[in-house]
Amino acid sequence: MLKITDLVKRYGSGDPVLKNLDLTIEGESVVSIIGSSGAGKSTLLRCINRLVEPTSGSINLNGTELTSLRGKNLRAARRKIGMVFQSFNLVDRLTVMENVQSGRLGYISTWAAVTRRYPKKDIRRAFELMERVGIAHYANTRADQLSGGERQRVGVVRALMQDPDILLADEPTASLDPKTSEQIMGLLRDLAGELKLPVVINIHNVTEAKEYTDRIVGMRYGRIIFDDKPAQLDQAAMDEIYAGSPHADRTDDMAAAS
Amino acid sequence: MSAARDTWSKPPFIANPVLRWTVYLGAIAYFGWVGLTMPIDWNRVAEGIVRAGRIFGGAFPPSFERSQLLMDGFLESLKISVLATAGGVLLSIPIAFMSARNVAPLPIFYLGRAIIIIARSFHPVIVAILFVKAVGFGPFAGVLTLIVYSIGFVAKMLAERIEEIDFGQVEAMRAAGAPYLSTLVYAIFPQIMPRQIGLTIYQLDSNLRASAVVGIVGAGGIGATLANAFGRYDYDFALAITIVIVGAILLSEAVSGAIRKRIQ
Repeated sequence: MLKITDLVKRYGSGDPVLKNLDLTIEGESVVSIIGSSGAGKSTLLRCINRLVEPTSGSINLNGTELTSLRGKNLRAARRKIGMVFQSFNLVDRLTVMENVQSGRLGYISTWAAVTRRYPKKDIRRAFELMERVGIAHYANTRADQLSGGERQRVGVVRALMQDPDILLADEPTASLDPKTSEQIMGLLRDLAGELKLPVVINIHNVTEAKEYTDRIVGMRYGRIIFDDKPAQLDQAAMDEIYAGSPHADRTDDMAAAS
Repeated sequence: MSAARDTWSKPPFIANPVLRWTVYLGAIAYFGWVGLTMPIDWNRVAEGIVRAGRIFGGAFPPSFERSQLLMDGFLESLKISVLATAGGVLLSIPIAFMSARNVAPLPIFYLGRAIIIIARSFHPVIVAILFVKAVGFGPFAGVLTLIVYSIGFVAKMLAERIEEIDFGQVEAMRAAGAPYLSTLVYAIFPQIMPRQIGLTIYQLDSNLRASAVVGIVGAGGIGATLANAFGRYDYDFALAITIVIVGAILLSEAVSGAIRKRIQ
């Protein structure tokens, strides 16, 4: 279970990007986070695995408080949090197998990583997962030879190789064409079910969010203003999530504060 | 609505007109002053042309009589540059990582940059003079000199490449809980590898050239042979050496160009 309490993130001395945010994700649900650019979706996701340092508040994953971890303990906690990126973030010049195995870097020694002596069970697991998403025949292909959809499949397999307790996907389909995008969303949903894995997906495409996820969280300028089943997301809720501009919103805050 | 303007001129490079004209006039005045105060003796220039004619006259035809000496000098230069390139590039890699702002902590970054600045601030000839004093005449001084020279260039260029990497790949490794060294090896090395190989080949090329120069001040190699030939007024032998140097550099240029084209 992921439990976020009173999370604040402020860059520099400006207005906070996340304002006292609470969010709980239980079980193996697929949750999508929607909201306009600048709403803080990416920051929220990156606070969870500490790619972004939260300013204050608590993030608790299965009993481990993530916000206070450092060094070795932080790395150990990150192993249990898989992440899928919008721009895939594959190592272009390495083969698909090396990219997939890079999800295990937190588990194996640097020497084993450098010499590419991966444990047998990791190789078996890699082939299983690559088979599952249909990229096993690319094992020896360089990652930059693949199409966008194939690259994102590598990204998903890499994250799953971590044997994660939760999967975070930061706009995983934003760089893909509509058809590939739906395939990846379907894949994430199916894998969540098969692996009993909670998945949190930042997404711009509301139609896909409604179709592929169990729960929609709507964010607007650092706050969660909608959190319900996809069916409950009506036009009024949509308008509220996507209305206004950051500027107008902040002016309102100031008016309310004064 | 008023009529749209139909004139436009590019804004001047220096916006402030007072500053602009001060700079222009100052530059012209300085050059005028330099021209008037430099002690250029046109008579000596004229004599020099005659002397240069005599040297070139004495150099033709080039003499390959002592080709054994020439070959020895050249092979020594080659050894110096190969050793110096290997040592310089190996040392450059950690220094480059130290000097890349996006991967090194601030104190380490300053240390790395300081090493590069020191290595770059002296021309190889000056470094060679120091090393010749320190370890004596001969190729070892040349190797040490060119190692310093290689670090100054390779570490700087490599550090710049590291600063330009796609940081998303590093982020992906971090997100997977990868330790520091594994992250470097997986997310950074593959990205800088082509540049690394290109720089190594270029540096070998460049060291071969520089080894001829540092030889003149006593650091071994074909430069020493060349300096001796000049000292003994063997201009025909000197020309032969020069031809070999130019030939070797043309050849290495062609080879390194071909290799660099193949690694992308």
